[in-house]
Amino acid sequence: MSNCGHPSLPPLPILTSEPWLAVRRELSPGRNRFLAFCSFLIPIGLWMLVSYVPFLWHPMVFVSDPGDTYFHSNQYVKKAIYYEENAQRVFEGEVPAIGKPSNPIYLPAPHEVAVSFYKAFTTAPRRPGQPWLHESLMQSIRVIFIAFGLSSLLAIPLGILCGTFPFFRKLHEPFIEFFRYLPAPAFGALAVAILGISQAPKIAIVFIGTFFQQILVISATTSKLDLSLLEAAQTLGANRKQLLMWVVVPGILPELHRDQRILLGWAWTYLIVAEVVGASTGITWFINQQAKYRVFDNVYAAIIMIGFLGLTSDMFLAGLGKVLFPWLGEKPGFFFGSLKRLFSRPKPTPVEVNP
Amino acid sequence: MSTLHLPDYKQQSPEVAARFERLKSRPVNLRVENLGKTFQSHQGEVMALKGVSFNVHHREFLSVIGPSGCGKSTLIRILAGLETLTSGSVKVDGNPVKGPGPDRGMVFQGYTLFPWLTVKSNVMFGLQMTGSASIYAEQEARQWISLVGLEKFEDAYPHELSGGMKQRVAIARALANKPKILLMDEPFGALDAQTRSNMQSYLLKIWEAVDVTILFITHDLDEAVYLSDRILVLKAHPGEVQELVDVPVSHPRTREQFVHPEFLATRKHIEDMIHPPGEASEEEFTMPRMTDLDNTIH
Repeated sequence: MSNCGHPSLPPLPILTSEPWLAVRRELSPGRNRFLAFCSFLIPIGLWMLVSYVPFLWHPMVFVSDPGDTYFHSNQYVKKAIYYEENAQRVFEGEVPAIGKPSNPIYLPAPHEVAVSFYKAFTTAPRRPGQPWLHESLMQSIRVIFIAFGLSSLLAIPLGILCGTFPFFRKLHEPFIEFFRYLPAPAFGALAVAILGISQAPKIAIVFIGTFFQQILVISATTSKLDLSLLEAAQTLGANRKQLLMWVVVPGILPELHRDQRILLGWAWTYLIVAEVVGASTGITWFINQQAKYRVFDNVYAAIIMIGFLGLTSDMFLAGLGKVLFPWLGEKPGFFFGSLKRLFSRPKPTPVEVNP
Repeated sequence: MSTLHLPDYKQQSPEVAARFERLKSRPVNLRVENLGKTFQSHQGEVMALKGVSFNVHHREFLSVIGPSGCGKSTLIRILAGLETLTSGSVKVDGNPVKGPGPDRGMVFQGYTLFPWLTVKSNVMFGLQMTGSASIYAEQEARQWISLVGLEKFEDAYPHELSGGMKQRVAIARALANKPKILLMDEPFGALDAQTRSNMQSYLLKIWEAVDVTILFITHDLDEAVYLSDRILVLKAHPGEVQELVDVPVSHPRTREQFVHPEFLATRKHIEDMIHPPGEASEEEFTMPRMTDLDNTIH
């Protein structure tokens, strides 16, 4: 493609004939970025359509001036009832209500949520002593951090042992397989009875929800390590302890890192359940509180906040992985790449030659 | 059509005969006696190896060849200590093999380099396992890396190397431990023909430069004859020794020898053992004609 004959414009990207729907073929980076953008654009676009195009849904009417009707101002009324009542008023020679079609209160428009997203952080809590949004968030993050950290501290070594020695697998896995089917929230009452109503039972529930799955997942990952690497190490004189520390652990690190990212997502799911156990706290408390006041834009803002936190922490960990595991040959992104260049000595890049 | 007249493979020139005399008077590095291995399978016991006996002398290059299913991989895994034996004995310098150990280095077909370690760290691995200080191990590793000609790549990761280069690192890694015997399990089987032939010549050079005995598994006849002093021919079901062939090709070996009469005679003899001429072959299979007769070149 030319740049439309204009000398000052940069040349347009060359349009390849590669089809968009090629089976199992990597798309170009540009297309990948475009599609990633669209994956967010599609749901937001649908939301905008439903919110801003009146005839698509809008089953309610928002009354601005009740006139002689029995409605109140700022009330949401079902469309049918609104028109019936207005027809009645007009028929009886009275002043009808004035209102505009709207969606139910539980579906605020995108811009309202966007405003709340900002305002939720700057608005003081309704009552003194209640936490601000950022304080609620910090409370949640702390529970996740402690519970996931404790769980990892125990489950990673145990999972590696189970995946390396059939002895430990046979000794532990049958019970764990049973226990992981017990839903963590079922332990809510028990956790409160034993640990009180503060943060401890919440940490316990996130822990129970994560720990048993974590052992099984890490055990499976460990047992997938290429056996021939272990055999090679043995012929090089490695004993059992050296096999574990020098081959198994470094060998599974990238997969372990990936598992941890997935498990952290699960921990977030259990957090929301854990936070309603005993005294409601953290981000769940905020959501429930706002729903009670019927400030649904804040509810959405908080839910999106969780998604946002999850996505950024996951992207952070993914980027970190590319720096930590250079042998996978993935190029670190801009941020981590620069960090790495700062802290490492330059290394000559090898040139491929035939043996 | 006339066939090439080949000499008897047992005919040796005086130099070769003298060499074998010297070789066989050397101390025995590896002594395998009456080795047997049975596996438990769904159909009951399967005998993989039966009554295998042979000696490998110091600095000898011995290849093991045989049809698929003859248990040659099982044999080398038993020698490495990765598999237990059911009967008989394996002794390295008189000591029975009890498990894997650094006195028997092994090179696998699948490279088995540690992907998280650089070339240098891979070569240092065995030295560190056996307790060498890392400064000493690093110096030592550098020497072995330069032996296989990969000085420029010592900081590269395995995924940055070609197949031949990976296998050279694997050889350096195994040799760095100064093993008495280097066990090689079809090491060049995964390489392309060009690289494979380079690696064969390369291995001969390394073998000349390093004090090591090599036991080499292959299914490639040319490779076996080109590289070996002696070739152990196994037969399948169960894996038994068919013959231990003295290769009458003179040293130093060159690729020109591929067409020498004694090379071809040895090759043909072994081929006849592995694929006996009378055995079920192509003639019995009638190919259905998928094209017109007049479309054939006569």
